[in-house]
Order: sequence, then C-alpha cells, then structure tokens
Amino acid sequence: MVVLRNLLRSPAGALGLLMLALTASATALTPLLSPYDPFALDFADAMQAPSALHWFGTDNFGRDIFTRVMVGAVYDLRLALICVFGPMAIGVLIGLAAGYFGGRIDAALMRLTDVVWAFPFYVLVLAIVGVLGPSETNLYIAFFIVNWIGYARIVRGETLLIARLEFIEATRVLRYGRLQVMLRHILPNALTPALVYSMSDVVLTVQAVAAMSFFGLGVQPPAPEWGLLIVESIDFMREAPWMTIFPGLAIVWIGIAFSLLGEGLSTALKPKG
Amino acid sequence: MILAILKRLLMLVPVLIGITLLSFLLLQIMPGDPASRAMGTRASAEELQAMRELWGLDKPLWVQYLYFLRDCLTGSFGVSIFHKQPIITLVAERLPYTLAIVAYSTVIALVIALPFAILAAANRGRLADVAIRQVFVVLIAVPPFWLCYVLILGLALGMGWFPTGGVGEGLLENLHRLFLPSLVVGLSTAALIQQSLRAALIDTMQADYIDTARAKGLRRREVFLRHVLPNSLISTISIIGVRISWIIGGTVVVEKIFSAPGLGSLLIDAIVSRDLPVIRGLTVFFAIMVVLVNLITDICYALADPRVRLE
Repeated sequence: MVVLRNLLRSPAGALGLLMLALTASATALTPLLSPYDPFALDFADAMQAPSALHWFGTDNFGRDIFTRVMVGAVYDLRLALICVFGPMAIGVLIGLAAGYFGGRIDAALMRLTDVVWAFPFYVLVLAIVGVLGPSETNLYIAFFIVNWIGYARIVRGETLLIARLEFIEATRVLRYGRLQVMLRHILPNALTPALVYSMSDVVLTVQAVAAMSFFGLGVQPPAPEWGLLIVESIDFMREAPWMTIFPGLAIVWIGIAFSLLGEGLSTALKPKG
Repeated sequence: MILAILKRLLMLVPVLIGITLLSFLLLQIMPGDPASRAMGTRASAEELQAMRELWGLDKPLWVQYLYFLRDCLTGSFGVSIFHKQPIITLVAERLPYTLAIVAYSTVIALVIALPFAILAAANRGRLADVAIRQVFVVLIAVPPFWLCYVLILGLALGMGWFPTGGVGEGLLENLHRLFLPSLVVGLSTAALIQQSLRAALIDTMQADYIDTARAKGLRRREVFLRHVLPNSLISTISIIGVRISWIIGGTVVVEKIFSAPGLGSLLIDAIVSRDLPVIRGLTVFFAIMVVLVNLITDICYALADPRVRLE
C-alpha cells in the first residue's frame, strides 16, 4: 500500500498507471465503445481513412482498426507479461541460489548465464521458435529459455550485498533455517531492482513479441495482435498508411506507459534516507 | 598486456564450448524428427533416411555433438541443406553488410547521443534535461521493425530521399542505402548511450581533478573538452561493449525489412526454408561475434583507462 501511495505521488508513476488503466478500460469496454466486430469482413467499407465513424480507419477487409487494436491489446499484454514475469520468477530463484550458496553452485549458474548472455536476444529467440515452429506456446518456451538471465544477474548481485548485512547475520544467531532466510529476508530486499528492471523489460518484450508475429513466428492470423496488424498492412502502406501507423502507435503507447511506471517504481521503492 | 589478452582468450574456451553445446542441445533435442522437420511432409521415407544418415542422426547424441563441434572447429560451421555450401561461405558473403550496419549504427548513435548527453548534463535537473529524458523514453518505446516502415513511408516513399532497401556499389552509395536501417538500430542504441554518458559526465564534472583544473585557471570550455569529455567517453566504450549483443540482434530485424543481404537475412531465410544446420551454425557464429566484440571493447577500455586491468 505504501508503495502504491508513493507510486501515485511520483508524477511519472501516476501517469504510467493512468495510461495503463486507460488501456485496460478501453479494451474491456470495446464492445460498448465500438459498434464494429473485430473479425467480420465488410468489403464495402474497405480502406477507409480515419474519420468520426472509424477513428483509426479500416483495413483492406473493411474491419475497424480501432476495434482491432483495442482487442489486440489483450494478446500483446498477455504475451509480454507472461514472457517477462515467467522468466523473471526463474531468474530470481537462480540468482538467489547462486548468490546465497556461492561456491560451485554460483560458479556453475554464472557460467550458464555467461553462455546464454553471449547470444543476441533476437537471434536466439528467432532460432528456437524457428526450429520449434510458430505458435504461442513455442514463443513462451523461447522467451523462458532466454529472458531469465538479466534477473539472475541482478538478484545474484543484490543477494551477495544483502547477505553481508547485519540483519542477515542476526538470523544466523537466531538459528533461522536457510530457506527461511533466503525467501523471507533476502528475497524481498533483492527483488526491488529486479522489479524496476522488469518494467523496462516489458517495454522491449512488447516490441519483441510483436516482432515475432511480424516474422510469422508468433501469434497466427486472424488474431488482431499488433505485430500481425502491422505485417498485414505492409502491402497497403502507400494507399492506407493508417493501417500501419496506429497498431505501431499502440506499441509505443504501452512502451511509454511501462517506462514511466518503471521510473515511478524506482523512486517509490527507494529506501528512505 | 599481451599476457593479459592471452589469458582472456584462454578463459573464452569454456564459454565457447558452452555456446556450441547450448546451440546444439536447444536446436537438436526439440520434439520430433529434425529430418522430417527440415524436409517437410512431402519427403519420402528414403529421402528422410538419407537425410538422417547425412546428418548423423542415426548416431548417439554425443557423437552428433562431436560432429557439430568438429564443424565449428574446422571453421565450416556445417553445411547448408538449401544452399549446399559450407555455412562459413554463406557467412563470409554476408558478414560485411552486417558489420557495416553495426559500425554505421554505432556512429549514428554516438552522433545523436553526444550533444543530448552534454546538453542534459550541463542543465542537470532543469527543463532541458527533463525534456531530453522524456524524448528518449518515447524513443525506447518505438518498436524498430515498425520504425523501419514509418521511415520507408516518410523518407523513402514519401520524400524520395532514400531507397527502400537493397545494397549498391561503392562506399558512398552504400552509406546512402544503408542509412535508414542503420538509423533504426542507431536510435535504440542512442537512448542507452545518452543515459550512461549523461551520468558519466555529471560524475566526472564533480571529480576533484576537475576542480583542480579550474583552480589552475583553465577555461570552462578547455576543462570540458580536454578533461571531462574524454574521461566520460571511456565509460561509453564499455556500454557499447555490454550492449553489442543487442545491437547485433537489432540488425537481424532491419536487414530483412530493408533487404540488406546480411547475416540476419540469412537467418530468417534459413528459418523459412527450415535449413536447420544454417540456423544452428549461424546462432553459434552470432554468439562468437558477440564474445569477440566484447573482448575487443574490454581491451580498448583497458588501453584507454590505465587504471583498468584486464582480468
């Protein structure tokens, strides 16, 4: 609660939350806001420029782009959030174990992160999904394999620092169990920088999942996922640029929202003094 | 120094083995038969069998890995099914374009980031600093693949200033043709460089030796150009080193869109044609590139800053 209050007090955090709340409510209320069906074809209305009737215009099949972008938010946010917070859970546990136990466990886990770190993100994700075949599940598999390393590194570093502090030494005097110390006392403190990092990770992951469908390796048509909306618009870019512009702006909007939220979180979570 | 570099090279050996092992495992123990995955559903049983023998898929897994390691060590990285050529031949043809985009985009990123970092650091906490920060927040939120099309729409199709893609003859023409793809990669790097350079500038400006320089009567401009800027730029080297993997990864996306025949296009084409050996060999090659560039930036960093030792 304190964090939320601090978050709302920082202008960046409040604005970020507001933008996300607007997105969420617009998406939830799309059936009420828009009289159009996101999937129904209506060739008489094809490629209409943005107007009072069609705020973002219509696509080559006459579908209302505003409606499709709003419905598409569900796909992009679901993909991005799972692809960030799933691997984050893995990375946090690995980093915690490496930092707390040290020694061989640490050395082995850190060598593993070194190796995964060497692969360019897009190359590894594209290669894995390319070999597994395009599907949402395979997209998750690829991101879970790749995306945990940042968190493992951050949490390991934090754990090393925290484990040296006096209050952790005190737990040893009190004969607390290792698991209890790790999960109840170190983890909550080590989590803060990982959480701040996860916000900028969401920004890049929204782009990455959209890029995957752009290469035909993510969500499959006719889902109105934003990357798909962009790839489907390319052939009509000259005649109907709004088909390309608006889904991209949606990605930018979400990116800005999470960037601001991250900025707000980093001030809200900063220890006092 | 040379000894330290040799030591670093030696330490790379386990990482390189890890890279080959990971690529092998990830792309080999996938569910299903790699041969039928590569050949598609139309291949006959004999063709599939021939394929398995050619790839050594009938051998135990560790033998297959040793085959793959041998291919990497001999420098061929395997043989493409689609092109029927050693992967290194394909890589050699395309590497110059990818390296050109990496270098070009880094220069563009520096040109964009430098003035904004100086402006922000000089006006720390004031309107200019805050405004610049917000501009870069927006910039980071722009998806590169979409930006490619926006630039094509505006500057190539709209204004006609740039071609929509491809490569040409000679340096000048390629500088022109590769500008838009390099700009897209450069913009995402610029945001990172601007942030770190701003922080480094502010740090350096508060250092004692800067006060000393001012106290002995040097002008502000001289102190800045001769002391603050060079010392701050050193940290930028290591930022580029750390982010090089991201920069190289970014080229994959833009190459395909601007039809530049680089490594990224090769990777995407291999995925489309299910050319498993190319996907695997290229993945390893990309990782080796990142590791080598990291080493080079570390060496540059140590050369530029005598306090840093290569470990």
